[in-house]
Amino acid sequence: MKYLDEYRDEKIARGIVAELTHRVTRPWVLMEICGGQTHTLMRYGIDEMLPPSIELVHGPGCPVCVTSLETIDKAIAIASRPEATLISYGDMLRVPGSRTDLFHVKAKGGDVRVVYSPTEALKFARANPDRKVVFFAVGFETTAPANAMAVWQAKREGLRNFSMLASHVLVPPAIRALLSSARNRVQGFIGPGHVCTVMGYREYDDLIHEFRVPIVVGGFEPLDLLEAILMLVTQLEEGRATVENQYVRSVTYEGNLRAQKILAEVFEVCDRKWRGIGGIPESGLSLREEYAEFDADRIFGTEGITADEPAECISAEVLQGLKKPTDCSAFGTRCTPENPLGAPMVSSEGACAAYYRYRRHAIAVTESH
Amino acid sequence: MCLAIPGKIVSDEVQNGIRVGRVQFGGITRETCLDFVPEASVGDYVIVHVGFAISRVDAEEAERSYEVLESMGLLQVELQSDLEDS
Ligand code: SF4
Repeated sequence: MKYLDEYRDEKIARGIVAELTHRVTRPWVLMEICGGQTHTLMRYGIDEMLPPSIELVHGPGCPVCVTSLETIDKAIAIASRPEATLISYGDMLRVPGSRTDLFHVKAKGGDVRVVYSPTEALKFARANPDRKVVFFAVGFETTAPANAMAVWQAKREGLRNFSMLASHVLVPPAIRALLSSARNRVQGFIGPGHVCTVMGYREYDDLIHEFRVPIVVGGFEPLDLLEAILMLVTQLEEGRATVENQYVRSVTYEGNLRAQKILAEVFEVCDRKWRGIGGIPESGLSLREEYAEFDADRIFGTEGITADEPAECISAEVLQGLKKPTDCSAFGTRCTPENPLGAPMVSSEGACAAYYRYRRHAIAVTESH
Repeated sequence: MCLAIPGKIVSDEVQNGIRVGRVQFGGITRETCLDFVPEASVGDYVIVHVGFAISRVDAEEAERSYEVLESMGLLQVELQSDLEDS
């Protein structure tokens, strides 16, 4: 409980854990999809508070972690061009590509900039008409509407020097891929609260019918996650499989219709390669033909770039919940946040980085005994 | 980068046909697109992701998750930018 001391609803947390312990009669394997949730679980030691028969495995919901190696290589190729300014979310700079990363390209004089919002990239393009400004647009359904809006605005304004290297990914096809795998162990999912804030959760009905697996849309605070776990375990113990919404303060069944509208206007569903996992059918969003003039891949002729994953990194298994980061031989030695070998060690939402930050000490103690 | 943070709308206006406003996250204020949340007005709390409000939330709930984020030291990281300072 020591991790929860600083959180003011510790009493409620204890109550939920007691209720869980009371309800659980056998082992269950649960997965949280979203990297933000992984971070909270590790930070507050929630995994360690649970009855031992409940195992949490961590899902592929960190956009930084699943952006394919070849997409990183494309970004690096573009950023190395003298006429280009590559603008990205901060975490992407340290993700290793095949040979280098964006951070090194920047250090060598490449024009690479970090923004908090795609709107800033748009502003930069307006103010610097002599630069070819490329926004490196990664992200799940939460991020895609913001990225879509940037392209939509650029088209409306006739902004010629703005384009997008788009690598959006979608959650439901990834869950389908995990559940279809012969090696799947996951029996219940904590759904991604902010993805569902945008998309709603009607898409998850199909998954329930297809796989009879409970899904509870969860928030991001310690108590949100504990409550979601309790709701999942209750369904499992009662033999039910439905979609439930724990994160009602932000998520509705329909989702944000305005955000969905701009998404559909600018993007279309496409097959997408996920780093560590491989290709998943209809699991991405790419620019519609009407927006082809904003496709950086076409403008810079980088479509042909392909890359193979390095062998030592077991991120494929980590992202599918088959292994824990600590099962990796490179964890904490050849792979650290300062010197990441694989993408899940880069972002604070990556499972390996979360373990490194919050579990390294505990692991060292156990090993020395 | 995938975090979404609750903040309070302190001003709003229409720019180029799109509704934008300043949103306050503790000590930091950021320009935020309000186009996806027509139901939210000045004084309301919204959940903001990469500069776009994606839902309106109850004020008390917002304060609570804000405290949690701050205690985790994630707020500064999430709002990191080379191009805007405030
Ligand atoms: S610890 Fe590093 S090398 Fe191992 S799986 Fe994680 S990211 Fe890959």
